[in-house]
Amino acid sequence: MIVDIGIIAAKALMVLSMVLNLAGVLGWIERKASALIQDRIGANRASIFGFAGLGLVNTLIADPIKFLTKEDFIPPKGDRLLHTLAPCLALFPALVAFAVIPFGDILVLADRTINLQVANLNVGILYIFSMASLSVYGIVIGAWASNNKFSLLGGVRGSAQMISYEIAMGLSVMGILMIYGTLELQEIARAQGNLLWGWLPAWGIFLQPAAFLLFFTAAVAETKRIPFDLPEAESEIVAGYHVEYSGGKFLMFFAGEFAEIVTAAGLITTLFFGGWQVPFLMRDGFHFPWVGTLFLPQLVVALLQVGAFTLKVLFFCWLQILLRWSLPRFRYDQVMRLGWKMLLPLALLNVMVTAVLIVAWQSAPLKP
Amino acid sequence: MILFLILAGLSIVFSLLVVFQRNVIYSAMALVATLFLIAVLFLTLEAAMVGILQILVYAGAIMVLFLFVIMLLNPGLLEGRSIAWWILGSLAAVLLLFVLVPFLSDSGRLLPGQAPAGGSFGSPESLAQSLFTDFVLPFEIASVLLLVAIVGAVVLAKREV
Amino acid sequence: MVPLNYYLVLSAIIFAIGVTGVIIRRNIIVILMSIELMLNAVNLTFIAFSRSLGSMDGQVIVFFVMTVAAAEAVVGLAIIISVFRHRQTLDPREMQLLKW
Repeated sequence: MIVDIGIIAAKALMVLSMVLNLAGVLGWIERKASALIQDRIGANRASIFGFAGLGLVNTLIADPIKFLTKEDFIPPKGDRLLHTLAPCLALFPALVAFAVIPFGDILVLADRTINLQVANLNVGILYIFSMASLSVYGIVIGAWASNNKFSLLGGVRGSAQMISYEIAMGLSVMGILMIYGTLELQEIARAQGNLLWGWLPAWGIFLQPAAFLLFFTAAVAETKRIPFDLPEAESEIVAGYHVEYSGGKFLMFFAGEFAEIVTAAGLITTLFFGGWQVPFLMRDGFHFPWVGTLFLPQLVVALLQVGAFTLKVLFFCWLQILLRWSLPRFRYDQVMRLGWKMLLPLALLNVMVTAVLIVAWQSAPLKP
Repeated sequence: MILFLILAGLSIVFSLLVVFQRNVIYSAMALVATLFLIAVLFLTLEAAMVGILQILVYAGAIMVLFLFVIMLLNPGLLEGRSIAWWILGSLAAVLLLFVLVPFLSDSGRLLPGQAPAGGSFGSPESLAQSLFTDFVLPFEIASVLLLVAIVGAVVLAKREV
Repeated sequence: MVPLNYYLVLSAIIFAIGVTGVIIRRNIIVILMSIELMLNAVNLTFIAFSRSLGSMDGQVIVFFVMTVAAAEAVVGLAIIISVFRHRQTLDPREMQLLKW
């Protein structure tokens, strides 16, 4: 009993620290990557003995200290309680959403089978969507409590944008759910270990390429980053909903944004890129088609899976940072038009086509 | 049991805040908290799917819409109170409770006890099973209702037609 | 295990609070929110009975109630916006043009 609780606590702690640390690392990567893309040096003071690669360690410690020692300013005519509540509301859903994303298959330790996932809910993906929908409150409340016209504009923009893209995001996943027939993310990840025609891993990207594009677009819009950063839009409304935030509270908004990036990357990985699956790696080792099998101990397999999941997540985090520094911002009407008139109909079309294909496949006389 | 008492107490406190807060934004946030707590109560009643939908639809969409409208109209001023209505309203609530509570609190005798919940009770599959077999017609009518609501909202909110 | 009637009493209390809100508040948005509160109290009853009777029907009804609540909120808020544009008020007692 105590061991079980300990295992759950350890898993939760591990995932939480991974998300938070990754958020911190991403803050550094973003500065370095932006410098790389814009052909400048960037963040060169954060180095140890002049070696910029170690700046990562330095930044991870220096950044929070810098933020936490700054003055925490609350606008005199603002609302004290809501002004303090808003960053918590922004950070909390981003952190808890990762709980249902599986980071590995099972680990057998001393005849105890551990499911490498913090919480195995049978409504898995809906839980993530509901947490994502709660993250709107951080923006709206923060914008309202600041008593600032720019932040109010940012808040109104943010609430409309996030509601719109949630619909497109939910509908674009529908095809995946129909194919794998479950809402549980661990089940979806397991189903992606099957092989199509004996050699192609049944990853979501091969079965639902259109859904991937739609989902990725909607997910980037949900994280409120360029090209969809209308709620903050520095050049139009200063910094939107967090104009009036400084110090630790700004750090919470900041960390919340990066945690959302990590969660989005984890969700994309799980739904479309096999989650923790390594191609051809089964529970007992590699089964290469046409070549043969290579048996591996169970621990090595689990480590390989967790490593593969981490690498994939890092790749998608990096892809989102790359997008942010290479695209210009949309206009607000363009964002709304893209969401309602492009993504939503395309997602519905994708659901229709998938449904027809599934029915045709099931009633086909010859199954491959 | 302790969990239920905590949740029940909190949800009563927050729903009182919804009604007795004079600031509209505070009312809305209290309502969000109440809806969240009721969703957790649904989870304790083995209705995981409905609980998650409650958060997704009520707390995540409907209440954001409320907040959006509050921010758009920006009523700012606190509303005045009128004592007569206040007394009348409280009286109505107390009367309602006097009628309902004694009846409800021993209604447990009329019903069989807790039915044993199967493994799939409240799961997405079982909800979909009843939704698409016994309740197909209401389901279709609900979708038409949503369509009507969309059209109605667009027509109403449009500036000059 | 919590007995059924605890849930029923809780939902009755929340419903009564909602009724109070509808009567005493003079802001139409809050009145709409109180109606949502009442709907939720009813939903809680449905879910409690569904669990007690071991039948999924209650949960399906809650699903429909949510649909109706969404539609109601959307249309209600649209009406509020268009009324506010014309009359610059959210007080339902000032919306009495049809009263004689």
